[in-house]
Amino acid sequence: MLQKLTQWSRLKSPWILHLNTGACNACDIEVVAALTPRFDVERFGILLEGTPRHADVIICTGPATRQMKDRLIRVYDQTPDPKFVMAVGACAMSGCVYRGAYNIIGGIDQLIPVDVYVPGCPIRPDALIEGVVKLLDKIKKGTK
Amino acid sequence: MSFEIPIGPQHPALKEPVGIRVTVDGEIIREADLRLGYNHRGVEKLAEQKTWTQNIYLMERICGICSHSHATCYVQGVEKLMEIEPPKRGLYIRILVSELERVHSHLLWLGVAGHEAGFDSFFMYVWRDREIVMDILETISGNRVHYGINAIGGVRRDLDEMQIKHILDSLEVLRQRSAYYEKLGTTEPSFVARLAGVGYLSKEEAISLCAVGPTLRASGVPMDVRKDDPYAVYGEVPFEVCTAETCDVLGRTVVRIKELMQSYNIIEFLLKNLPAGPIAVRAPRRAKPNEVVSRYEAPRGENIHYIKSNGSDKPERVKVRAPTLANYAATIKMLKNGFIADVPLIFAAIDPCICCAERSVAIVDARTEQEKIVTMSSLRELSLKMTKHQARKREAEWPL
Repeated sequence: MLQKLTQWSRLKSPWILHLNTGACNACDIEVVAALTPRFDVERFGILLEGTPRHADVIICTGPATRQMKDRLIRVYDQTPDPKFVMAVGACAMSGCVYRGAYNIIGGIDQLIPVDVYVPGCPIRPDALIEGVVKLLDKIKKGTK
Repeated sequence: MSFEIPIGPQHPALKEPVGIRVTVDGEIIREADLRLGYNHRGVEKLAEQKTWTQNIYLMERICGICSHSHATCYVQGVEKLMEIEPPKRGLYIRILVSELERVHSHLLWLGVAGHEAGFDSFFMYVWRDREIVMDILETISGNRVHYGINAIGGVRRDLDEMQIKHILDSLEVLRQRSAYYEKLGTTEPSFVARLAGVGYLSKEEAISLCAVGPTLRASGVPMDVRKDDPYAVYGEVPFEVCTAETCDVLGRTVVRIKELMQSYNIIEFLLKNLPAGPIAVRAPRRAKPNEVVSRYEAPRGENIHYIKSNGSDKPERVKVRAPTLANYAATIKMLKNGFIADVPLIFAAIDPCICCAERSVAIVDARTEQEKIVTMSSLRELSLKMTKHQARKREAEWPL
């Protein structure tokens, strides 16, 4: 019974932590733009959270710089289970134009497991919303 | 007793990783220290491995908000190195995009300032209208954020009559909305009272600490690269340099609102006087050995690119001095002797663009004293709590 309730609330209101791991700010601004009136993801119960301890979904933007590497893993560890990770933007997927730079790890999936990839440089807010919908589908089916 | 509070690097209020270490005495900040490098990617080194044309797209991705600033600054420098002159129409379109970018950046900042001051409905309103600018940029360039409109020797896309009409129509809406925000700001005493007197930076300090952009202009120094050293077509465009005398966050807000109005005028002028002709000239693949310094007035202040060529199809050195980096010294000064609750507001007021500034790594030793981890969001709550029951400063005036 309780499990059903948690599953229901998880699907109806995923809380998101936005973590910039060295992105150029474009994806970050588009993530914020998704919260504002034109796109307004809050009507689906999606809420941006400030701390990893409250979050269900970590949205990572950026190609993971060496400085952010330890912090990214720490934030992932701090997030309570079950946790889901979205790699948002071409950088978080593979490194984008920065590929080959000395301070770049190149892709979030080299450090932590990723559930959904959202391509685009930068992503559009609608793409982000679709990514979240895909993630919710995945959670519903239980195929993590 | 004083103790240190590290803020960040995970940073919900500003969306970018930066660490601030403040030493506090009760509520008052005695010492502040910035810890950088979380966003360092190695763009300058990477630029040496890419060709002149490839580098336009790399430079654009230094920053997502002022992407056109970096690309234009770089392209202007390369054009000087290659000794080519872009056609008039190309320059007009380039400057048009750059003014549209200034509008979207200032609107973005206005929203963030509203959010940090606890005026969230203002934030939502402003960001709704920012979508109008994003739509214009999308019709011109095909993308919302990284426009990719610059090419060496001109621009990549032309404007047609329909687009010009669409931009002029949208501009009318934006003008009305901005006038409304101006009015909203003037008649909203709690908003004015929250911003007035916060983050004081005197005129002398602003000059000696090399502040740039709206931060400098809000301290009463009329300095703008567009006026002082006109690049592209700014020599023939009529506009004013906006300043404020209050030297605080309120002044920085006023300067940005005034600049919005100026940008609308510039855009209208550019569209009405758009010359006919080609939009680009063919650029050579190599540049002769030489060096150049390129200046550009980005929304946040003066942007400088130093480019050195060695005769090949790749640059030998590209150095970027982003405006945020120039404003860091002034920020430390502004934070000192302020309240902890004002940190997000002061820090947001320079419109920091961490990704722009992070090309040099500063190494700071971690100190092992008593520490308390504070996130920006809890700081914001503290800031709201503190000012909630404060008596409204009736005498605070909006200096517009």
